[in-house]
Amino acid sequence: MARHEFRMPSLGADMEAGTLVAWNIKPGDTVKRGQVVAVVETQKGAIDVEIWQDGTVEKLVVEPGEKVPVGAVLATLIAEGEPAAAPAAPASEQPPAVAAPQRAVTASRPAPIFAGRFKISPAARKLAQELAVDVTTLTPSGAEGVISRADVERAAQAAQAGVPPKPGDWQSQMRKAIAAAMAKSKREIPHYYLGTEVEMTRALAWLERENAQRPVAERMLYAVLLIKAVALALKEAPELNGFWINGAFQPGPGIHIGMAVAMRGGGLVAPAIHDADKKSLPQLMVDLRDLITRVRGGRLKSSEMADPTITLTSLGELGVEAVYGVIYPPQVALIGFGKISERAWAESGVVACRRAVTATLAGDHRASDGHRGAQFLAAVNRLLQEPEKLQ
Amino acid sequence: MKTTYREAMRAALREALQRDPRVFLMGEDVGRYGGSYAVSMGLLAEFGEERIRDTPLSESAFVGAGIGAALAGMRPIVEVMTVNFSLLALDQILNNAATIRHMSGGQFSIPLVIRMATGGGRQLAAQHSHSLEGWYAHIPGIRVVAPATLADARGMLWTALADPDPVIIFEHALLYNLEGELAADAGAVDIDKAAVCRAGGDLTLITYGGSLGKTLQAAEELARAGIDAEVIDLRTLRPLDDATIIASVSKTHRALIVDEGWKSGSLAAEIMARIVEQAFYELDAPLARVCSAEVPIPYPKHLEDAALPQVANILVAAEGVMRGKA
Amino acid sequence: MTMDPRLARKLLFEMVRIRRFEEKAAELYSAGKIRGFLHLYIGEEAIAAGAMQALRPEDAVFATYREHGHALVRGISAGAVMAEMYGKAEGCSRGRGGSMHLFDAATRFYGGNAIVAGALPLAVGCALAQKMQRRSELTACFFGEGAVAEGEFHESLNLAELWKVPALFLCENNLYAMGTALERSEADTDLVEKAGSYNVPAKSVDGMDVIAVMHAVQEAADLVRAGNGPCFLEFRTYRFRAHSMFDAELYRSKAEVERWKQHCPIAAFVARATHEGWLAAGELEAIEAQVALEVGQAVAFAEAGTWEPVDHLTRDVYTERAPS
Repeated sequence: MARHEFRMPSLGADMEAGTLVAWNIKPGDTVKRGQVVAVVETQKGAIDVEIWQDGTVEKLVVEPGEKVPVGAVLATLIAEGEPAAAPAAPASEQPPAVAAPQRAVTASRPAPIFAGRFKISPAARKLAQELAVDVTTLTPSGAEGVISRADVERAAQAAQAGVPPKPGDWQSQMRKAIAAAMAKSKREIPHYYLGTEVEMTRALAWLERENAQRPVAERMLYAVLLIKAVALALKEAPELNGFWINGAFQPGPGIHIGMAVAMRGGGLVAPAIHDADKKSLPQLMVDLRDLITRVRGGRLKSSEMADPTITLTSLGELGVEAVYGVIYPPQVALIGFGKISERAWAESGVVACRRAVTATLAGDHRASDGHRGAQFLAAVNRLLQEPEKLQ
Repeated sequence: MKTTYREAMRAALREALQRDPRVFLMGEDVGRYGGSYAVSMGLLAEFGEERIRDTPLSESAFVGAGIGAALAGMRPIVEVMTVNFSLLALDQILNNAATIRHMSGGQFSIPLVIRMATGGGRQLAAQHSHSLEGWYAHIPGIRVVAPATLADARGMLWTALADPDPVIIFEHALLYNLEGELAADAGAVDIDKAAVCRAGGDLTLITYGGSLGKTLQAAEELARAGIDAEVIDLRTLRPLDDATIIASVSKTHRALIVDEGWKSGSLAAEIMARIVEQAFYELDAPLARVCSAEVPIPYPKHLEDAALPQVANILVAAEGVMRGKA
Repeated sequence: MTMDPRLARKLLFEMVRIRRFEEKAAELYSAGKIRGFLHLYIGEEAIAAGAMQALRPEDAVFATYREHGHALVRGISAGAVMAEMYGKAEGCSRGRGGSMHLFDAATRFYGGNAIVAGALPLAVGCALAQKMQRRSELTACFFGEGAVAEGEFHESLNLAELWKVPALFLCENNLYAMGTALERSEADTDLVEKAGSYNVPAKSVDGMDVIAVMHAVQEAADLVRAGNGPCFLEFRTYRFRAHSMFDAELYRSKAEVERWKQHCPIAAFVARATHEGWLAAGELEAIEAQVALEVGQAVAFAEAGTWEPVDHLTRDVYTERAPS
């Protein structure tokens, strides 16, 4: 024999509580399963309530006139068998609660900061971001005063070439665009410069071994080692990979390294190798070769010019020791490599002859500082000492 | 070969009745009268009373009977004379056809086809001019299609019959006389995809059923004004072919929907919501729609014309979209 | 009359099983295990038990939301019904339907329909299909007298008779459509006459007498199977409990309920069977014990059942297609 609890039953989908009106039983009475023991007043009227157990009434817990929620204990009785393990409250034994949908707040499309409100279509705003056009400088051309895609495209073209392009004069357009960009860069970007010497013995030896196993057409230039090392190092210093637009830093959508390539007839362009951190060295070589070919052939897309999140200049072939570069706005950094040369290398009190290269960083001091820049260069150095891990 | 929408639909019915003995047609006046729109003319003589069944005016009973017969292994085609009368059978359609599969935990499927004439424009006044495709497209558990071309009138029926779930086919009453060319061997077509029936780069016009003709006409006018419109015939209203719609809007960056239903809570509203959900950053102008005016369709021609979408309305709306007007 | 004692035992067993199952359902509903609406068949057991005797496995059955008894006698296991009411995936409708939507393809049990008169057109169509496919089956459609007020009742009887489909219309007249007595809603309460106005052969039967029910349904089924078109039977019965669990029964007197309880179909049959010698001593107790065990097992089965995963939510809205 054990004490069993007789609880306020749920009589309906929308019944939350009931008022006990009357008891038909008193302590000591014997009750049988199915016997009506109480009357409960609900929103629908007075309902006879039965008990589902045989037993003897022990105590009436709730008095007539009391309103109690469904599941509340109304009385106790002494009966055979164990009391029901699960309480009668409907709240228990419910199906698993549906997990609230994950609220992932991603900054995949950070909004530019505007000084005041103006009307711009979503497509125009997206294009402006892609082409790095500052929308606050635009005037809407349509009658409704809304900046449209056409307005953004016009502005992007004007930024790239101050003069309307002459058909077939692609290269002179490029030079004019570069001139404007460089002037703007030196005017607006507070540059800081850092440099470090990177020993290249291991890297070059590894490359030589790799290339020996490859057909000539597939051999890799040491530039791809630099590209990959820079790309991986940027993951440790994301403030160097992205844009300064409208007074704020926007992280790049990926690591797209602009490779400075010389044009025939003079001038440098730096179209992007996309997602350099995710590509293998052979793939980077393929991309690099392709870019160089297309630069020389005048076949670049304007978006490739706008895509780089950082630029890399390697002037070693020309015999320059170190590169003190000018950042391409709206990027916030430029990495330079000079020539690989034999140098006196002092280590543990001994001077030896090692092949090394000078790596430099030009950084936009609004987006990063020397500390960060130094960490970046140290990472590049570190990565180039383990070339096999760059694959 | 030269034919009409009506004849194409009749050919589809004949083919279905010939190929599959489980198929039968029932509805008001489909037999001796030859069909209230003459679609089933001649079928009673050809196939007999077992397979071409005239029903009493009991929409609920004969639509429900169609559901029951489909449950028990037949392939019935229930013709509800018009969508206006289908309201009497809405309980059977919504509470039975659309839900039995789900309520039974997947044990039963209902391969039923319901055909209904729909739409206004013939001065038939308020009770005979509804376009309720959007209401039906609201219901999970059924499929809704709107053939607007001869090829679709010819080809959607077979595919609908082969579908294990209930399919409602809406035939705009003004389309029955539509004339055109149809391949002699035209056959079944899909009921899953929208169709780009006119390619263009400046503006996407989205429509279905009886409004397709007006929309194509408007596109021609717009072309003369230098606006190159792309026209999408939705074909399937439930499920909507989001991919085709979004691909087009991503290309043109502007969209206008033409829908003969009343504006509020319309299918056009649903499509606009989906475009905003899926292609917000592609929009170079606010979305627009041309729908029926919020009025029971009136009888006199000038008022009915003013209530229903017309080519002129589409042109005005399209020009507004091109200007970027909200 | 004579009766095979095995048949007598079967009829009694079915009625007792329904009674105890429904009582247990009431208890579980009060305890919050069964939710939504619960409509109990207590008092009406003779109809399901007697009628199903005359039906064959290949026949189709349509019923209403007060269908637990019909489902059990038709052959859906008590565990599957109980699990369905719990909402568990092991229920006969995979938990998706609940008490009002019991479906089972294996026993041709087409629900479990919650719209009053909503299943009548379905039954007409199902019977039509059976006739068109030249099958010798029939479709039985159970419904309450409240359905007679709906247009669908009239449309369905008319259409069924017009097309001579093999449909059995079985009307369980328990005198109240929820809280509205028949005489307050029908200008003419003679249901047999109503059915007869569509030229459907119709009869009224004492629904508290399982033998009368069985014979009437057998007779009607024979007529229907012979290709004569539909038949209509009215069963005069009474539900001893409220319309659903949440019903204060303000519309009928306790005295009336007590009067009808004197006609309990189980008690009546026990008395008759004992008197006639169809039922041996101790047989009822044995049945009660067997039923108690079965009901207990059904509850345990439901309790142990699983919840369908939430990410299966949108299944079975449309038929799953094989990828093309």
